[in-house]
Amino acid sequence: MNKIVSFRRLRALCRKETLQILRDPSSNIIAFVLPVVLLFIFGYGINLDSTALRIGLVLEDTSPEARHFADNLYGSPYLQVTAGLTLTEMEQAMTAGKVRGFVVIPVDFAEKLKRPADTAPLLVITDGAEPNTANFVQNYVRGVWNGWLLQRAVERGEAPPADIAIESRFWFNSSAESRNYIIPGSITIIMTVIGTLLTSLVVAREWERGTMEALLASPVTRAELLLSKLLPYYVLGISSLFLCVGVSVFILNIPFRGSLLVLWAIGTLFLGCSLGLGLLISTVLRNQFNAAQAALNAAFLPALMLSGFIYEIRSMPVLIQAFTYLIPARYFVTAIQTIFQAGNVWTVILRSGLFLLLAAVFFIGLTALKTRRRLE
Amino acid sequence: MSDALVTIESVQKIFTDSKKPALDGISATIQPGRITGLVGPDGAGKTTLIRLMAGLLAPTSGKIRVDGLDPIHDAAKLRESIGYMPQKFGLYEDLSVQENLELHADLRNVVGEERSATFKRLLDFTDLARFTSRLAGKLSGGMKQKLGLACALLGQPRLLLLDEPGVGVDPISRRELWKMVQELIDQGITVVWSTAYLDEAELCRDVLLMNEGKLVFYGKPSDMTSRIRERSFQIRQISGSRRQLLARVLRSHEVMDGVIQGHNVRLVLRAGAAHPNLHDINAGNQAELMPVAPRFEDAFIEALGGGPGGESALAQRLRPVTGETNTAVEAVDLTKKFGDFAATDHVNFTVKHGEIFGLLGPNGAGKSTTFRMMCGLLTPTSGTARVMGIDLKTSASQARQKLGYMAQKFSLYGSLTVKQNLKFFSGVYGLRGEQQKLVVNEMIEVFKLQPFLDTAPNTLALGFKQRLALACAVMHEPRILFLDEPTSGVDPITRREFWTHINGVVEKGVTVMVTTHFMDEAEYCDRIALVFRGRIIAAGTPDQLKDQASTPQHPDPSMEDAFIALVQAQSNEAGS
Repeated sequence: MNKIVSFRRLRALCRKETLQILRDPSSNIIAFVLPVVLLFIFGYGINLDSTALRIGLVLEDTSPEARHFADNLYGSPYLQVTAGLTLTEMEQAMTAGKVRGFVVIPVDFAEKLKRPADTAPLLVITDGAEPNTANFVQNYVRGVWNGWLLQRAVERGEAPPADIAIESRFWFNSSAESRNYIIPGSITIIMTVIGTLLTSLVVAREWERGTMEALLASPVTRAELLLSKLLPYYVLGISSLFLCVGVSVFILNIPFRGSLLVLWAIGTLFLGCSLGLGLLISTVLRNQFNAAQAALNAAFLPALMLSGFIYEIRSMPVLIQAFTYLIPARYFVTAIQTIFQAGNVWTVILRSGLFLLLAAVFFIGLTALKTRRRLE
Repeated sequence: MSDALVTIESVQKIFTDSKKPALDGISATIQPGRITGLVGPDGAGKTTLIRLMAGLLAPTSGKIRVDGLDPIHDAAKLRESIGYMPQKFGLYEDLSVQENLELHADLRNVVGEERSATFKRLLDFTDLARFTSRLAGKLSGGMKQKLGLACALLGQPRLLLLDEPGVGVDPISRRELWKMVQELIDQGITVVWSTAYLDEAELCRDVLLMNEGKLVFYGKPSDMTSRIRERSFQIRQISGSRRQLLARVLRSHEVMDGVIQGHNVRLVLRAGAAHPNLHDINAGNQAELMPVAPRFEDAFIEALGGGPGGESALAQRLRPVTGETNTAVEAVDLTKKFGDFAATDHVNFTVKHGEIFGLLGPNGAGKSTTFRMMCGLLTPTSGTARVMGIDLKTSASQARQKLGYMAQKFSLYGSLTVKQNLKFFSGVYGLRGEQQKLVVNEMIEVFKLQPFLDTAPNTLALGFKQRLALACAVMHEPRILFLDEPTSGVDPITRREFWTHINGVVEKGVTVMVTTHFMDEAEYCDRIALVFRGRIIAAGTPDQLKDQASTPQHPDPSMEDAFIALVQAQSNEAGS
């Protein structure tokens, strides 16, 4: 009688799958060339650290204090200051994208400065269309401001103002280089492409070429079919994960503070989600073109945009923020960034791991339910 | 019969996305140790029935038993006793011959000594022993077919289900496969062979003839053909146009069906009808009426209610093409290479005005590639393609205005409605305003498309799609019509109807080039070129080609016999 999993059949199917992967140039490119290319693009091409942000300056006060502060703004290596425009002109310049934001030093700047208890004498307007850049503008201007206040207090022999006692220091990424968190994040994208896009294509291809029909007419069981797709692509995905880690650490010099074992465990869970989703898509759609479209929309784009890998989740609308909790890539991004930069922080890793486990069980389970031993 | 291997009892299958049943009340049995043909045009339900037997689909109602088992509930057990070769053979093209065999052997638990013995036996049987390390994707169509069969035979099935194994494969491989299947029958294996070729049906022991989900006939093919015994004739020694004669003859009430066969016209009379008077139909003084053997196809046409008649409403509306004297189409050393593979290799032919010229050959022989170069859709690697004296390399668009092209699978816009397709294609060819409206309305009338104007072509039956595609290709009154596999998969009545139009437009002076892999369809052409592996191996009138293959033992060969003889002669020449 037919066993649920026959080792011989499963081995034969896995062998077939492996040969196909090795002989298909596009699988090899997706699994091994694409990750390296992507890492280099993310590593060198995308840089979220802004040097020389273009900002405007509207100087309404001509007091020595105002001029002095303006000089400090000019002197900042992070800012490229345009001045000499009126407030309305400056607004237009920002609308046109010529400046990322602007600083207004109001007429009563020097007056208000004398009364520290009063409201902040400085107005900073930023272009909220790009929240990330806007944050940078705000922070850099604040940095210059705090620096200037401190310098001024020291020059006058006064105690430094209370609010600049707050000193921001970046932990875990002390040089605050965005590369250090973008690269671990981009590994998520690579895992998604391999796990979901590649798998969804291969199963759909079997349907299109009629080989699935031949398999279904043989004594193959449902469990064997499912496992024979999961196992080879799991091995491929994990190899690619460690390839990425190797390239990141040894070539791109990204610090790695966690343990490889933990990374492997988290990677396994995330691949479980990705592979499960990919198999689910192709099992339902059975057509390479549709499967690719669906994989792109269901996995790749959310992983790119909603995982917090590039775009800050906290600056998204509340509804979308809530939605990101459903995206496995979000948890993997958090986990892998933590493993790279902070080491094995168990609360983060266990929380992410638990969700990834649930999602993997959900997707693979649903695929198992949808996998039919018949054609409809 | 209780000893049947498969019993099918009033089986109905309705797919969720369509209202019309794919199978509608089929009852039949398949007897052990025989070959049973599942015969019918595309959409007849052949594949659905085979899948039901293989347990790949569940019937909506009715009962199927295979080897005493229910294909759905006892699926696991049943799979050990059936071999199934799906359409396109179900091979992994990126695995080698050996790897494909090993996979299927493992799946069917063929191990140890049995395994090596089986491999040896199957590789000898299929003559693939020399190619074990070749990737399946690099095999020819015939070799793929044999490998597919070998894979399906692993595990020693009692029932072998073959879904359209002969489609598009060259006739030599088709005959070899047929011989192999005969050997299997002798070993006691039961074979179900589905096919759209009606000549294959005649070779089966039993036949299930199907059309649009219904069983038209079940029994011995000879029982079917004997229905029209002594009613098939050929009119030979015709003087004057045989196409006009065919049209005249089909007008007479006694004639049920008629086709062109080389220089002759083949007729099937209605039951009990008197012989037509050759003088009345103006066949010429030398003309004679010779009785010929009935064909399965004739009987099928009768079962479907008789042929469609010989008048082409399309041709009646066409203005005659006159004043053309030079060659219509010319190919000089036409070569197209894809990488290092020559899809066509120094192809030469000329087509005169007002003739039907056919390119005949199996799938992958290079017919469509030649065609696309003739229409200016592909640029030749070397050589010249001329249409009405215009070189397609330099002025393709000028030539295209004069030609109509009907692509394989009919290339219609599936999501536009029928009317929008007509408007679009007439617009593409520069018809505007009142004239466009007039032409579109004419086409609707000629091809009886009125009821479908707001339907998308995707949901139409194949026959209507074909009509619409023809309408789209002729609206601008082209001088030359290119038809790429125009009748592939349609039922014989629709095919007759189509050729009636083609015969009609040719009589008006239009030149027609057609590709086909139906050997008997080649007989409708004035001249044909046999295409094999990218080269033209012979050209001439159908009768000339058949004469070349005629031997004292076999004085009246079919087109397929001729093709095989010519291919073999060619390879002997190359070998010596």
